[in-house]
Amino acid sequence: MALYRLKPLLVVSFVSIFLLNTISLFANEKPAASKEEGSFNVTETILEHIKDDHSWHLWGHTTIALPVILYSPQGFEVFSSAKLVDEHHEPVVYKGKSDYKLVEGKTKIVNAAGEVDVEASKKLWDFSITKNVASLFISVIILLLVVLTAAGAYKKTGITTAPKGLQSFMEPIVLFVRDEIALPNIGAKRYAKYMPFLLTIFFLILTNNFLGLIPLFPGGANVSGNIAFTMTLAVCVFIVVNLSSNKNYWEHIFWMPGMHWSMKLFLAPIELIGVFNKPISLMIRLFANITAGHILVLSLVCLIFIFKTVYAAAVAVPFVIFIFLIELLVAFLQAYIFTMLTAMYIGMASEEAHHDHHEHAANELAHH
Amino acid sequence: MVVGSVAAIGAGLAAIGAGIGIGLIGKGAVESIARQPEAVNDIRSNMIVMAAFVEAVALFAVVVALLGNG
Repeated sequence: MALYRLKPLLVVSFVSIFLLNTISLFANEKPAASKEEGSFNVTETILEHIKDDHSWHLWGHTTIALPVILYSPQGFEVFSSAKLVDEHHEPVVYKGKSDYKLVEGKTKIVNAAGEVDVEASKKLWDFSITKNVASLFISVIILLLVVLTAAGAYKKTGITTAPKGLQSFMEPIVLFVRDEIALPNIGAKRYAKYMPFLLTIFFLILTNNFLGLIPLFPGGANVSGNIAFTMTLAVCVFIVVNLSSNKNYWEHIFWMPGMHWSMKLFLAPIELIGVFNKPISLMIRLFANITAGHILVLSLVCLIFIFKTVYAAAVAVPFVIFIFLIELLVAFLQAYIFTMLTAMYIGMASEEAHHDHHEHAANELAHH
Repeated sequence: MVVGSVAAIGAGLAAIGAGIGIGLIGKGAVESIARQPEAVNDIRSNMIVMAAFVEAVALFAVVVALLGNG
């Protein structure tokens, strides 16, 4: 009974402590809003860390300047991104074939007065090796090394002996993709054709997710939390699913069997939206999951700077480690989910008609 | 005065919805595992897929909230 009375008191005290803290927090923030020197903007800091960049920040004042590759009607042009910023990392005008300047992280053509030339910038194509592209190259190199080594070992010894070295790391994962993802969703008859695609998707997402969690140099780029990267994957899935579709699949979309004709008319547009919706949801799911994880970690680190005391680290750092452990699970889970749903969509698109089977079963029931 | 964005309220509402959804999935999964412990592997993988669906809807809201904020 005493506990019963104590509980609301506890809740009230917790809430009041929390509210007091937030009010003082917002009070602290007010002068920061006036953009004085040395003020700390949380949103800006976090977004700067999760977005793509022309240079790769290592530590302190050390950055790797990545090449900028531009295509305009005057032709290709390649120069170092270090020429686009001064020593204080502020954007400056670079005079190449045109005058280029970074505006909100994007390369634009500016005129003599330093204003953005909208017409000319529209004809400018940016093929730069940005941080994400460089990170993607690194993950491709890692993947090729690991996969080709394992594949070479199989070529040499065959599949008669027990796996050795990298093989024993790769074999369970490949078997997991086959037995848990491809076989149950696509079916024993057709799964083998799609295994290379599913394995590629799975390992690419997994490697990029894990690289994104490493805060130091080879990792740290937010590749799988980039909507362009996930969109490319989703477009690949869309093409594969529709190429493997059969008559039965399209019949279920445009003229759902076993329904009244008015219901068929009603369902057709919904099912048609679903065709496009499936890859779009794949795209946003991966993007949002990884980005949300990065934002979570960064905001917990930012707590130290918001409270302006090093003691906030006592709370923030254990929390960050905890979130990192969850993110390790999420990194694997999202690769699994993406591959699993891809396999499911392929399975749905290439499924054989079931009507005969149902009628057969109904006939048998009638006979008994 | 508390200054903020309506987008934050939206993100909070989405979190409530996803919390209820994932809670129901967990409840259903634990109950069915208690009834049929031998089916634990099938139930677990289905649970994860369903949780991903629910979570995705919440994360769509987070994206919308981010866009609204920015």
